[in-house]
Amino acid sequence: MTDRPQASARALDGELLGRLDRRRSGLLVGSLASGVLVLVFFYCWGYQIANGIGVTGINRPVFWGFYIINFVFWIGISHAGTLISAILRVTKAEWRRPVTRSAEAITLFALAIGGLFPLIHLGRVAIFYYMIPYPNSRMLWPNFRSPLVWDIAAITTYIIGSALYLFLPLIPDAAVMRDRAAAGLKKRFYAVLALGWRGTAQQWHSLEWGIRILAVAIIPVAVSVHTIVSWDFAMTQTPGWKSTIFGPYFVVGAIFSGIAVLMIAMALLRRGLALDRFLTDRVFNNLGLLFVTMSLVWGYFTFAEHLTVWYSGDLFEKNVHHVLLHGDFAVPFWTMVVVNLVIPVAVLSFPRGRRPLPTALVGCGVLVGMWLERFLIVVPALSTPRLAYSIGDYLPSWVELGIMIGAIGVFACLYFTFTQLLPIVSVWEMREGWRHAAGGGESGQPSGAAPASPAAASPVAGGGAA
Amino acid sequence: MTRWGMAIDLDRCTGCEACVVACAAENNIQTVGEEQAREGRAMHWLRIERYYEGEFPNVRTRFMPVLCQQCGAAPCEPVCPVYATYRNPEGLNAMVYSRCIGTRFCANNCPYTVRVFNWFDAEFPAPLDSQLNPDVSVRPGGVMEKCTFCVQRIQAGKDEAAQEEREVADGEIKTACQQSCPTKAIAFGDLEDPDSEVSRWAESPRAFSLLGDLDTRPGVVYLSGTEWREPAE
Repeated sequence: MTDRPQASARALDGELLGRLDRRRSGLLVGSLASGVLVLVFFYCWGYQIANGIGVTGINRPVFWGFYIINFVFWIGISHAGTLISAILRVTKAEWRRPVTRSAEAITLFALAIGGLFPLIHLGRVAIFYYMIPYPNSRMLWPNFRSPLVWDIAAITTYIIGSALYLFLPLIPDAAVMRDRAAAGLKKRFYAVLALGWRGTAQQWHSLEWGIRILAVAIIPVAVSVHTIVSWDFAMTQTPGWKSTIFGPYFVVGAIFSGIAVLMIAMALLRRGLALDRFLTDRVFNNLGLLFVTMSLVWGYFTFAEHLTVWYSGDLFEKNVHHVLLHGDFAVPFWTMVVVNLVIPVAVLSFPRGRRPLPTALVGCGVLVGMWLERFLIVVPALSTPRLAYSIGDYLPSWVELGIMIGAIGVFACLYFTFTQLLPIVSVWEMREGWRHAAGGGESGQPSGAAPASPAAASPVAGGGAA
Repeated sequence: MTRWGMAIDLDRCTGCEACVVACAAENNIQTVGEEQAREGRAMHWLRIERYYEGEFPNVRTRFMPVLCQQCGAAPCEPVCPVYATYRNPEGLNAMVYSRCIGTRFCANNCPYTVRVFNWFDAEFPAPLDSQLNPDVSVRPGGVMEKCTFCVQRIQAGKDEAAQEEREVADGEIKTACQQSCPTKAIAFGDLEDPDSEVSRWAESPRAFSLLGDLDTRPGVVYLSGTEWREPAE
């Protein structure tokens, strides 16, 4: 071992954590500001529980509204992290290193919020647990034929998997934080998170394998989650919903909106933490290419979906199709097409468009577009039932709007708090990347949390205990 | 085995809505008021759909009472996560109010849009509370409900017949809508019994099922002498 990589590793350590430290006051302001929205969220939900679900704008025939739209939207956002970071890990993409942690955190928090929406949506939330298969004296079980029960199974699996997937790579960093913290509550907090991490070869070996297994296992889980969310719609008889394309269509849409969030998060990270060295222009170029590909795939699916409906000539399907393309929902529909397909293709097809700022702006547009897509799936199909006498209308109430905006605040608050407490950039993975970039097999060991991963490209196995 | 069914003769229906009122009174259906009704939250288990044919002034109105079709293959049942709606042995799509958590999935999957939801807790201010039917539970807020074929009357009729040690006679059990129909447009009884009135009506060449090509196998049969046309948009 030479001194140089060790010093570099230490320097990187301090550099990264120092940058995170300097942003702390800004983060605190962010947490407090989003905290106000958290209060809005809980006030609105409390108001709804106290007064009844009727304080929303939903009615007959539009029995599902903003809550289900936001449920699908947030579950889609959750694909930013685990799925994309897992694919990047499995393919050993070097530029994943500064991205994975923030992406995985997006997943966990977006899922937590997405998972709340079906509960907010319930008429009697106090007995939501009737949907959970728990042993009870009356021998009553949930109805396993219902896609909602599949949903619970899928989302619970995904939340547990994502939490583990966020937590495992966090252990060595928690150990670094523990070693840096002065004795006290803070140290104890990090000590609990670090699970007694000492950076032994054995521990690195176990960690590496744990992450590998999870990265592979989480991919089918992520695909299944959004497929099952689509089945909440596709398994019904409702015109506009019963479609075999919905499973893959939803997965593609989720990855698409996931990349949109990732583009925004990466642009912010690069700017906020001055990570130009890691989040290079090439990274944005590559991710931009993936982004425009997803946009085209999404556009193709949308086209295929609507062409078959139109061609079928089915009266009831055509009614829904008509309000969507030419009727009451034409403005949101064509807005969606513009921000999800026209703008991304127009901007991202050119190398100059695949730079941080334009990709982030396109990402913002895609987020709006993908929200509109979910709106256009839920509402027009319900407001255009088969029996024309029941044709209806839907406008959200202030409670629904409050909960929707409040949910964004909850997300921001969780994210800011996480960033304050733990490194949002995986320090040990950056160090590992640093070593790879230096071309050496040497391992720097500045603390108990040495990045001497045996399974990585490094030919030096283990690297020894601290 | 019994399969409760109903036949509705559209050629006899005058659209007077006596059945709608009778149903509300019999089944303790809450009255939501003008404002809520305008928002699409009226709770009627039975509605008279009005469809207009022709151009003004040569307009003809068609009436169609639409209620839960008590489907033999009900789309509402498999989607409920908690078995709050299920098929009972006598062919009714039964609702277990205490089991319902209010996902409203069943209502979305009903092709006839006949399910109604308690958006708020029901209020029956005096003296309305003294006209509540003691045989029917008042549903709490957040719960789905719909036509039950007056299951309380079916139960009472069966109990009475059992006490007298005999079978339930055809026409003995009457639903509230049937009882109140001034033109006798509704028949109710056992579809499994070929001699019952409802079976004879269902055999009519005028009989059809609403949205029959969905093959939900409804327990409600409609009769119409002239060809039923989709209302012109």
